[in-house]
Amino acid sequence: MKIIKLRKGLDIQLQGTPLPKLIEACGSDTYAVAPGDFEGVVPKLLVREGNSVKAGSPLFFDKAAEQVLFCSPVSGVVSEIRRGEKRKLLAVVVATDGKNESLEFKILAPEKALREAVAGVLMSAGMWPMLIQRPYGRIATVGEWPRAIFVSGFDSAPCAPDMNFILAGELENLKAGIEVLKRLTDGKVHLGLKAGTDGVLNRVTNAEQHFFDGPHPAGNVGVQIHHIDPIRKGDVVWTVDVQNLAIIGRLFKTGRVDMTKIVCMSGPQVINPYYLRIIGGAEIKSFVMNSNIKPPRKGSGARVVCGSALSGRAVTREEFMGFYSNQITVLEEGDHYDFFGSFAPNTNKFSVSRTFLSWLCPCKKYSLDTNVNGGERPMLMTGIWEKYLPMDIHPMYLVKACIAGNIDKMEALGIYEVLPEDLALCEFVDPSKTEVQEAVQNGINLMIKELS
Amino acid sequence: MIVKLIRNVVEGVKPTFEKGGRLGFLHSLFDAVDTLLFLPNTVTRRGSHIRDAVDLKRALIVVVIALIPALLFGMYNVGLQHFRAVGDVAAQASVWGCWWYGFVRMLPLIVVSYAVGLGIEIAFAQKRGHEVSEGYFVTGMLIPLIMPIDVPLWMVALAVAFSVIFCKEVFGGSGMNVFNPALVARAFVFFAYTPFISGDKVWIRGAGKGGEYIDGFSGATPLTQLGENAGDFLAEPKVWDWIVGTIPGSIGETSVIAIGIGAVILLVAGVASLRVMASVFAGGWLMGLLFNLIGGSPVMEMPAYYHLLLGGFAFGAVFMATDPVTAAQTGWGKVIVGLLTGALAVMIRVVNPGYPEGMMLAILFMNAMAPLVDHTVVGFNIRRRTKLRRA
Repeated sequence: MKIIKLRKGLDIQLQGTPLPKLIEACGSDTYAVAPGDFEGVVPKLLVREGNSVKAGSPLFFDKAAEQVLFCSPVSGVVSEIRRGEKRKLLAVVVATDGKNESLEFKILAPEKALREAVAGVLMSAGMWPMLIQRPYGRIATVGEWPRAIFVSGFDSAPCAPDMNFILAGELENLKAGIEVLKRLTDGKVHLGLKAGTDGVLNRVTNAEQHFFDGPHPAGNVGVQIHHIDPIRKGDVVWTVDVQNLAIIGRLFKTGRVDMTKIVCMSGPQVINPYYLRIIGGAEIKSFVMNSNIKPPRKGSGARVVCGSALSGRAVTREEFMGFYSNQITVLEEGDHYDFFGSFAPNTNKFSVSRTFLSWLCPCKKYSLDTNVNGGERPMLMTGIWEKYLPMDIHPMYLVKACIAGNIDKMEALGIYEVLPEDLALCEFVDPSKTEVQEAVQNGINLMIKELS
Repeated sequence: MIVKLIRNVVEGVKPTFEKGGRLGFLHSLFDAVDTLLFLPNTVTRRGSHIRDAVDLKRALIVVVIALIPALLFGMYNVGLQHFRAVGDVAAQASVWGCWWYGFVRMLPLIVVSYAVGLGIEIAFAQKRGHEVSEGYFVTGMLIPLIMPIDVPLWMVALAVAFSVIFCKEVFGGSGMNVFNPALVARAFVFFAYTPFISGDKVWIRGAGKGGEYIDGFSGATPLTQLGENAGDFLAEPKVWDWIVGTIPGSIGETSVIAIGIGAVILLVAGVASLRVMASVFAGGWLMGLLFNLIGGSPVMEMPAYYHLLLGGFAFGAVFMATDPVTAAQTGWGKVIVGLLTGALAVMIRVVNPGYPEGMMLAILFMNAMAPLVDHTVVGFNIRRRTKLRRA
């Protein structure tokens, strides 16, 4: 068994890693699909307020690819079409009837069925959006089959959920999901696993297993692809979130859409962090309540992040659990002044540089808040980002090419291989407080605009 | 409680300094003082919601802290050299007396350096409408340390102004400059006012300024002596003096021990690159060995490690070559540029009879070459990527 060792990276010592304790959520009244979860999708509505729907009923589709449907996670009535500025569609909200009925889909044996038929089932049940295409990290293009499919079997982000715990009872569904993916590619289906663990994912033997050892971002699928079979110009590969893989497996085993998933409530502001079984798209306030959140400092607030603290999205409690997220992180807002913050020796601030005395206690966990801890400056300290990206890529050159909007340079320096999340640590450690992830996303958007 | 009071005072006067306020033209200055006193309350909006606690201010303050041993020893050495020159044996023995003498002479240099440099920086920040960058914290301390003690203040002011404007601001400010600003300031003095920064009169506070040298005393630095009369000089090398630093030279450059403490601080804090530092020393040492092989003159045959102890080599390697803006930015680039910097410095010393010291010119030259080296290193990375595709 070959272990791919990654030396670069960082495990941020953030308080609030979930304990292995599963709580059944009491259930949300409303569920929603938010077009904002899907980068680059222009939604066209298929329902109106008052329509009754079942799990798997289409709510909207992508204007650019009409077959790609986005479906309701539960049965009930469409209660609200939520719109923002310029009537931008924010969410299609479904009030659940509590019965959780699903449309019935054809049960296919993926090994024998035609590739198009398998794809057809995924599209009609609203699970095609779970297939993410690289380069660029958009929903897979219909009709363009990948040369390989990659699934990361662990999440290494701060306070991330333990996938072996989440998926403990899903072995058969995972295997079925892998069979589905195998039908969609002529190449291999790769599963990246954390070296030294032994759980349900190690028993998913019908995928090519690879073992990774090292700090975050070892669990990022982009980093794993880079070390297994790097993406070059012209390649198309897909990635699937491992929990979504189980949901796809469920669909092919039962013919029903069952969006039940386990997410973790994590972060320094959560009281006794734990795991939670919900149905995808549940309203945030149904499980983030004042009773399980620590009261914030006077005059401040709590920030709820859908996803990890490094690359998740800040949400209000009236929004909904993200389509691809397995984690809720609650942080304290850092809108306070720190007297002599730049000079004090300080043992309670986390930093990779040893300019704070806190490096003397390496095992301590920290409650990081959302303060930027400084002002934005030109990129002065060079050679730091490189230590936190375990890829053969020069991050600062790539980001500068992104900022400059230089297509040729971006391509040459490796834009095809990365998503913003892969450079999230560069953003975290940067003393100049550069908005790295935004720059990379803008670079990717420019590539798509110019080259398609 | 007191903190709150100060915060309230700052908040109270804030409107006066904001755009349209009575003192709006001092906005950049106010902002600089405010952020120096208080880490601002800005929160993340996009991307990573949490951020590392380090910011540029903190990183650069660590560099200034790392300079303090060299600064304190430099002050002591100014006094010591002076009292030696005038033959005052009693005063030489008093550490405190020597230090105080140096401190009083050194202070105006530091004040002038910071006042002129920060003044120009703040004016540019105000004009361009951005925040004052902290880069000058370090530069402002480096400049006095690499000057001879007897340099006139107006000359320092002129050099600082030249450096900040033409080496930094015309390129777009901190982080955009090609050459190390502190070294440019020194090079300015070196080429415009050569007599004030070379020879054997300027390194010791003395002649004409409160005391005359005693008969037969030479204020020449070891490197000058090496250039002029290597045979006699090498007959009895005072290696221990070079390490401790009780020799004439630029204020901060003489003590290898003090610089070593600074190097440890920089490396432990993770602010400077070990790669650069080590490869500069390695480059100088290897070049010295090469000259040993060639041989032919006392300078070429002297032990290679002498070069690393003498003159500004150690100071340049630790504090100048590691400047992250002007050094190479890629891993291999750092090694290549470092090796060449060290090698070049020794080569200038040994081969060029005109310049006894080569560190300044070597670093400046490699500053200019660093982007080229980086370009090549990144080119290999790109080629690797396209090659893999064909396989």
